[in-house]
Amino acid sequence: MSIEPIGTRPRRTFDPTRMMIYLVLAVAAIYYLLPLYVMIVTSLKGMPEVRLGNIFSPPVEITFEPWAKAWDTACTGLYCEGLKVGFWNSMQILIPSVVISIAIASVNGYALSFWRFRGAEVFFTILIFGSFIPYQVMLYPLVIITRELGIFGSLTGVIFIHTIFGMPILTLLFRNYFASLPQELFKAARVDGAGFWGIFFKIMVPMSPPIFVVAIILQVTGIWNDFLFGVIFAGTKNFPMTVQLNNIVNSSQGVKEYNVNMAATILTGAVPLAIYFLSGKYFVRGIAAGAVKG
Amino acid sequence: MRGIRTVLAATTMLAGIGAASATDLEVTHWWTSGGEAAAVKVFADAFNATGNNWVDGAIAGGGNARPIIISRITGGDPMGATQLNTGRDAEDLVKAGLMTDLTELAEKEGWADFIRPAKLLDSCRFEGKIYCVPVNIHSFQWMWMNRGVYEDNGLAVPTNWTEFVASAPALREKGVIPLAVGGEPWQINGMSGVFMVALGGVDLYRQINAQKSAEAAASPEMTEVFEAISAARGMVDDGFVGRAWNDAANMVITGKAGAQIMGDWAQGEFSVAGLTAGKEYDCLPGLGMHPALDTGGDAFYFPKPADDNPEIVKAQLEMASMLVSKEVQVNFNLKKGSLPIRGDIDLAAANACMQKGLVILENPDNILPSGEQTWSSDTQGQFEDLWVEFFNDPGMSVDEAQERFVEIVENAD
Amino acid sequence: MAHQARPNPYFRNLNAKVAATPMILTTLIVFVGCSVWTVLYSFSASRALPVNEFVGFAQYDRLFNTSRWTKSVGNIAVYGIFSLVFSLVVGFILAAFMDQKIRFENTFRTIFLYPFALSFIVTGLVWQWILNPTLGLQKAVRDLGWESFTFDLIAHRDTVIYALLIAGIWQGTGFVMALMLAGLRGVDEDIWKASRIDGIPKWKTYIFVVIPMMRGVFVTTLVIIASGIVRLYDLVVAMTSGGPGIASEVPAKYVYDFMFARGNVGQALAASTVMLTTVLIILIPWIYLEYGSKKPK
Repeated sequence: MSIEPIGTRPRRTFDPTRMMIYLVLAVAAIYYLLPLYVMIVTSLKGMPEVRLGNIFSPPVEITFEPWAKAWDTACTGLYCEGLKVGFWNSMQILIPSVVISIAIASVNGYALSFWRFRGAEVFFTILIFGSFIPYQVMLYPLVIITRELGIFGSLTGVIFIHTIFGMPILTLLFRNYFASLPQELFKAARVDGAGFWGIFFKIMVPMSPPIFVVAIILQVTGIWNDFLFGVIFAGTKNFPMTVQLNNIVNSSQGVKEYNVNMAATILTGAVPLAIYFLSGKYFVRGIAAGAVKG
Repeated sequence: MRGIRTVLAATTMLAGIGAASATDLEVTHWWTSGGEAAAVKVFADAFNATGNNWVDGAIAGGGNARPIIISRITGGDPMGATQLNTGRDAEDLVKAGLMTDLTELAEKEGWADFIRPAKLLDSCRFEGKIYCVPVNIHSFQWMWMNRGVYEDNGLAVPTNWTEFVASAPALREKGVIPLAVGGEPWQINGMSGVFMVALGGVDLYRQINAQKSAEAAASPEMTEVFEAISAARGMVDDGFVGRAWNDAANMVITGKAGAQIMGDWAQGEFSVAGLTAGKEYDCLPGLGMHPALDTGGDAFYFPKPADDNPEIVKAQLEMASMLVSKEVQVNFNLKKGSLPIRGDIDLAAANACMQKGLVILENPDNILPSGEQTWSSDTQGQFEDLWVEFFNDPGMSVDEAQERFVEIVENAD
Repeated sequence: MAHQARPNPYFRNLNAKVAATPMILTTLIVFVGCSVWTVLYSFSASRALPVNEFVGFAQYDRLFNTSRWTKSVGNIAVYGIFSLVFSLVVGFILAAFMDQKIRFENTFRTIFLYPFALSFIVTGLVWQWILNPTLGLQKAVRDLGWESFTFDLIAHRDTVIYALLIAGIWQGTGFVMALMLAGLRGVDEDIWKASRIDGIPKWKTYIFVVIPMMRGVFVTTLVIIASGIVRLYDLVVAMTSGGPGIASEVPAKYVYDFMFARGNVGQALAASTVMLTTVLIILIPWIYLEYGSKKPK
């Protein structure tokens, strides 16, 4: 294995292939950005403008009131405290759920790809099958299971549920990623006398930042945006932010404040968005090659 | 978390003054819009004044709230009280013995004497016992019109459905959508019920919705209803998919559309927009043909607390008693825009359209049974599917739709 | 893949077995348990709550005689096929382009991913606006002077499913791209070097060398996309409520509506049993091919 310097390859200034790549990416970016544009523009308009104007037209008079209202004063039932109320609850649910579910699933994936034991594939198959069961069907049985375990209506309860529902896809993710790593690495480590946990922590984890990033993206998004499990299993004291979001957005009657709804959605999405942006640098080419060499 | 705790602490302090044995009662409901929240506040304040503590558990959207309410009750973590629609929504929960029995209180206070119409209380009865408290009356049988749209275009404001149909092509020519509709299935389902009364009359409605008569469902009167709905297909715009009812109401308010068929809650939209009944907008109960109203509405249920905690049961009964009390009923319903469940109170503050409704309700013959009290949610769902499919599919003939309609009525449980 | 096939299997890999205990318990208690429960009660007359009153195949009889269910199944088939193909193709192409050491990689990646972060409660509404002929793109273009421009997929029964597809792909491809990108980053630099030296065109290297190496990533992606399709619900509720008419109804919505709003648990479980059985029929031969043979690849 040789050393490939990380960084841009030498290239000509007018390379038609690269021009095409940028063109395609730019066109795709427009498709992806169009709804965001509509949301931002709407969130900066006053209600009369929203009601009468074109959805694509920029605001005539920019106002940040919808943002302030969404965060601070939008009413959900009797309490008018906006989204901020649920923010810390969501954090309390998010962090342990993400850490625990990824920890368990990565070990599962590792055991399934390098330490296959008899029957492992059967469990794995059922697990994959589990990812196809509609959530709603499992509500009754899960309510009963958590009730019997004594964790219904608590933070532990909702973390437990997120770990269970994250397990199928995450396990699959890690299993298939680890399986694509060179077998020689594993064999060499075995020859050196490393055990189950030693190989996992010293070799596998350092080689896997891209897949951990993908797993984090998946879990942060899923758990942060979850409404159903949070509201049922977490208990009234721990209602996540999406409960407020839902209450602001889904008011069944009365005038819909679309500008506040849009602001609330962007605000709620801010945490996953920040994580996506920050995790970017871990998607770096050459990790596998580097580890093999080292 | 801190936010809610602070709020809880604050309300506890307020309510706790002078009441050593204040009991917290969590109340789940889906009243989250401005007017609704104001109405809920009437309840909450009145309950806190009894020395207990209302813990608000608002979850917007009945579709979101119902699974949560049901799974929490069955999961053994019941709330103190919850809103549900009057009717058979909660029947199975009652049957499973999960609801607190209110019969004793109801008899002591004589609910049966003042709750009107009587069938509201009947729908709370199961095997002779009372399990819920009706809190308001809503009716669907209204058409809301923008007077300006007609006047500005030199047309007479219609006073009934026939006139409306006649004026529709003229409106179309002027670039106005005659009929504003939304895309949510319940809106179209409700509209079909309105047509049933307006065109078929109270008798047809009663035969079908109270006596479940398959014969009436197959009658030529019912065929007329199907034909009218088929004609209404041509009066709408093509942007209605997924449109919320209040967006449709807004089309009428802003003059983009001539009229909307929607329940009395639509009035809230008109008054928020600063329009006055009889001046800028008009209402036609029963589409101006047969002015009769159904009397659906909301009710509160009280799930049995864990271990039958007597303190919670006591607080539940106190809340039930408060919900039907005179003063609370007046204040709540003025805020909510609905009609009170008591016949013995004065509503002088009500607007022109509400007054029309009160007059209609004075004659018991004008009171329709509401579908949700006759049909199980399952059967209602089948009707909904049929109406929605029929309204949207021009390829579905009147005969075919009616045939399916009769089938559903025959098989209803 | 594992190569060890030595005797005495019970004490080997003890650590692995201990480590896999949470997985084993989850599969047995939650997934097997829930599936058995689902199938069992699909034969019951359960209304709002599950009851032990069994009625044979009555729920299935009704299910298959309901036009809404038939329509739902047809819809999910169309949506599923298109969504699978487009997500994979678009996701891979975007990832391959992103992997060309381009400038602004971070920005592009975030742009493609952000839809995944936002709740469909509101983004569904935004798409509904954009696709609505009287509010959105069609109106905007017509206002610019192109009077005959038509873009009203969402308003017609035959095309509404494609409107859902536009929004579905918008939301989902970003994550597919991230997965593919992670896979591409796992591909050894030397492969590229070797193919460059041999003068093999880049696209050929991708199709004949890199994609086969990314088999695992493709399998993962496939399962994620497919399970998302089977559970498609939020998007439909947010965008069309299943309309116009019943033209955009989907199976998961059928299950959910009957489970709660319509208080007919028996019917909901019958529908979900049919869904699960279908998944099983597709999954089993594939699992067998993929993992069934004990031989190492």
